[in-house]
Amino acid sequence: MAEQRTPGARVAGLGADALAIVEAVGRAGIMLFHSVATVPNLRTALPLLARQIYAIGVLSLVIIIVAGLFIGMVLGLQLYRVLVDFGSEAALGQLIALTLNRELGPVVTALLFAGRAGSAVTAEIGLMKSTEQLSSMEMIGVDPLRRIVAPRFWAGVIAMPLLAMIFSSVAILGGWLVGVEWLGVYDGSYWSAMQNSVEFGEDIGNGIIKSLVFAAVCIWIAVFQGYDAEPTSEGISRATTRTVVYSSLAVLGLDFLLTAVMFKGF
Amino acid sequence: MKTRTLELAVGAFLIAGFLAFAFLAIKVSGLSFAAPEGSYLVNARFENVSGLTVRAKVTIGGVLVGRVTGIRLDPETHAAMVEMAIDGSVKGLTTDTTAAILTSGLLGEKYIGLEPGAEDTELQPGDIIRDTQSALVLENLIGKFLSNQLNKSTEE
Repeated sequence: MAEQRTPGARVAGLGADALAIVEAVGRAGIMLFHSVATVPNLRTALPLLARQIYAIGVLSLVIIIVAGLFIGMVLGLQLYRVLVDFGSEAALGQLIALTLNRELGPVVTALLFAGRAGSAVTAEIGLMKSTEQLSSMEMIGVDPLRRIVAPRFWAGVIAMPLLAMIFSSVAILGGWLVGVEWLGVYDGSYWSAMQNSVEFGEDIGNGIIKSLVFAAVCIWIAVFQGYDAEPTSEGISRATTRTVVYSSLAVLGLDFLLTAVMFKGF
Repeated sequence: MKTRTLELAVGAFLIAGFLAFAFLAIKVSGLSFAAPEGSYLVNARFENVSGLTVRAKVTIGGVLVGRVTGIRLDPETHAAMVEMAIDGSVKGLTTDTTAAILTSGLLGEKYIGLEPGAEDTELQPGDIIRDTQSALVLENLIGKFLSNQLNKSTEE
């Protein structure tokens, strides 16, 4: 069908697509502003927040811990094979800790988070929209942005840095398990090489800033895709896919930018 | 789900997160909140400190007695000044103590080895150790070795 369009119509279609993208970004920004820029009523907001931290954070804990353990163990195994050729397997702890705190911790957590929690949030809000729960809320005078969107957004922003730190810790212990317990790197040099090279502000602090940024972007995409979904079963499935794809791409792109700004050498 | 179990789970999650933060801060980055109580600062002047980093170990006879707390360039002599914090329980370092930059293993981390001397006067906090041995620079060493070999072969 697209082949039969005139060149003019195709250019017009391109323009319409671009306008639609800009419009969607605008809608997303306005939605975020209206749900976040309100003074919450603490008595009602806190239980809602706790429920969402449970759904978003606690339920993601298992996948984060298991993934962290295996990634740490693989890192230990691979880096040991390279380092042992140079007789410097004592640097294993340093390499594992730096890779995890600077890059892998925040990024892998964000990707898992987008797949595990982001998609669930999108599907939930999308279904609420298609079953007209959101419009009913508006009818009885409850603002769905404050009641539905805001708690999920804040829960994501709170939960993800914690998940990233748990991920890094578990992975460092996984690397220790393989490197020290199995391959026989000296326990003291694993930790002391790590402590000599990892700077608290430079490495761990920047890692936490990264995961805060990723959290805000991922959960923003997730709530917006749900809120903006076409209220049909097909529309919800498309929105869920978009959440995972957009979040992953945004995380990887932003990670490059943040790394370029944070670790510019010296 | 009952509110109580939910709150318990969320609380446990938050505590696990903070514990992970503490683990990263203390065990991984070796953050200590201040120099240990009773430690004192000593300086040493080196020709070359290449590879030495802040928080590197300071040892006497292989026993850890302190950490490097700062490395800067002396603006007048263009020598490297290394500031280190020595544990307060280590007393009686003499003024002719020597300091050397050593390497653990062939390519391992650099650390400072102190060797106490025989003088009667003790090193005071803030004093400068002048009798030092610089870091081993592998390129210089190989260069010397090669030129020696060259000299030998021309003599023959």
